[in-house]
Amino acid sequence: MTRSLAPRSLSFSRLAIYSTLILACALYLIPLIVMLLTSFKSPEDIRTGNLLSWPEVITGIGWIKAWDTVGGYFWNSVKITVPAVVISTLLGALNGYVLSMWRFRGSQLFFGLLLFGCFLPFQTVLLPASFTLGKLGLASTTSGLVLVHIVYGLAFTTLFFRNYYCSVPEALVRAARLDGAGFFTIFGRILLPMSVPIIMVCLIWQFTQIWNDFLFGVVFASGDAQPITVALNNLVNTSTGVKEYNVDMAAAMIAGLPTLLVYVLAGKYFLRGLTAGAVKG
Amino acid sequence: MATLELRNVNKSYGSGLPDTLKNIELSIDSGEFLILVGPSGCGKSTLMNCIAGLEQISGGAILVDDADISGMSPKDRDIAMVFQSYALYPTMNVRDNIAFGLKMRKMPAAAIDEEVARVAKLLQIEHLLTRKPGQLSGGQQQRVAMGRALARRPKIYLFDEPLSNLDAKLRVEMRTEIKLMHQRLKTTTVYVTHDQIEAMTLGDKVAVMKDGLIQQFGTPQQIYNDPANLFVASFIGSPPMNFIPLRLQRKDGRLLALLDSGQARCELPLGFNVAGLEDREVILGMRPEQIALAPAQANGLPSIRAEVQITEPTGPDLLVFVTLNQTKVCCRLAPDVPTQVGDTLNLQFDPARVLLFDAATGERLGVAAPAPASKDNVAQFKGR
Repeated sequence: MTRSLAPRSLSFSRLAIYSTLILACALYLIPLIVMLLTSFKSPEDIRTGNLLSWPEVITGIGWIKAWDTVGGYFWNSVKITVPAVVISTLLGALNGYVLSMWRFRGSQLFFGLLLFGCFLPFQTVLLPASFTLGKLGLASTTSGLVLVHIVYGLAFTTLFFRNYYCSVPEALVRAARLDGAGFFTIFGRILLPMSVPIIMVCLIWQFTQIWNDFLFGVVFASGDAQPITVALNNLVNTSTGVKEYNVDMAAAMIAGLPTLLVYVLAGKYFLRGLTAGAVKG
Repeated sequence: MATLELRNVNKSYGSGLPDTLKNIELSIDSGEFLILVGPSGCGKSTLMNCIAGLEQISGGAILVDDADISGMSPKDRDIAMVFQSYALYPTMNVRDNIAFGLKMRKMPAAAIDEEVARVAKLLQIEHLLTRKPGQLSGGQQQRVAMGRALARRPKIYLFDEPLSNLDAKLRVEMRTEIKLMHQRLKTTTVYVTHDQIEAMTLGDKVAVMKDGLIQQFGTPQQIYNDPANLFVASFIGSPPMNFIPLRLQRKDGRLLALLDSGQARCELPLGFNVAGLEDREVILGMRPEQIALAPAQANGLPSIRAEVQITEPTGPDLLVFVTLNQTKVCCRLAPDVPTQVGDTLNLQFDPARVLLFDAATGERLGVAAPAPASKDNVAQFKGR
């Protein structure tokens, strides 16, 4: 066992720092706590108690009802998010590889134009996108929504990978070419294995963006194919019947849990990867 | 084992830009060690990349064993390269790094294992095979990079400043090792460096480059003793050759160079006789070791008294700086010469080895024929 040699004194400034941190932490956590507590309460409990009171009886009825309502849409979201994230990350990696290691005449301009995609608000592409999907025969299909997410995500994933690969010495690619490796072999055997941190960044970023997306979902998907964010909105915004806050809160938790899980699992890569390509590029 | 020939190789990065390589003509025999040396930006690395196929040439031809390879892709050229940054694949261990090129060439697994073992033994890196490049020291990475090149048994090795990332001591060690390796394997090698000591010690042939042009191509001795122009003379040699601007005179049919140290004058008769050089501004080139202390009794060689301005003891030598014709001149003397700043030394020169350059163009003037030197003279300069 190792013991810290520093004296364990609790000075006033330490105390001030910790209490500020705890306060800030509480401020961020209270909405989550309210959601969790409410989701486990019964409707009577919600009416009689206050927001932060402990449930008199912990009941899963809200969660069961919520899952019955939005569960199907949860799987819709999975079907939209997983392919869109994987494909946009892979294509972004390939784009970044070309734009950093196989520069062609005008590739800088190409990259600059691609970057515009990062600054385009969702709303501006709605009409052109729906027009294009209509022409492609993909209107109101899950594949169509996936395509929109891939195209919109490419600008970000390309930027991430291109900047990451710019810090990789070009000599590696040259050495591999002399060793007899081709374009895709170099990509798959040399560069991708080095890219774990930036792949994690892309996965987290794209997953959060696509899973949490509401606008594309509400515009390009219809009926039973809608993602969970749209279903949650429909559930919460119903104006008929009694408001079932426990169900609303549980459904919101169900909609938010996957992103939370992704951050917990891959979060340490996120900071590392974001700063990795940032210095050079 | 292969011959390499460059025929009129040109490289340009687009019209309007100056050519990076201009009419490069070179040829080396099988097993020879060619050094490309020059200051940064002279095109030596570009030339190497062109040989490797990493860059396309704009004109001319590159021939290996008399077959034109200039249109081939790098992997078909059967050339291996050691990079300045080593360029080891960071996610693979040493074994996989060495085996990668063999796997790409679809060699059977058993043969790969055998080849990796052979190379590892040759370079004494057997104990490192399971490590990742990040866990190796600079010298070890260097060995692995060489191993990767050796494993393929290519026709030609290319080395791109392989020692410049090592510390001074390791650099000298690895230099010897590369030379040893070449003596054992006798593979045709092209080696790029900006270090003139590496150029002199390693090469069978040296090509000195500047501004995309080959200034001189020859053996290290030719380059050192018989430089083609002022640039080559100044680039090769440490401490560098002294360049003294002066005007030649003709007296009794001989060409004389007038030296003036401020306190004395000396007429230095040149060992060659070319018409039309008198009364022209020229630059006299003299290597520091070609200036010696005059012996007590005169031996017939020209000498001059000059004041010592700086002394630099380097260990094996004592470098003494004097002023001749308002130019600082370095003399390489024996370390035991008792002298101090302010002393006056009687220095003498070997007229037979003095070089002349055109002051305007830097071109070599007249070719020094070995002058009939006196016996003392030869003995004295050999003893240095």
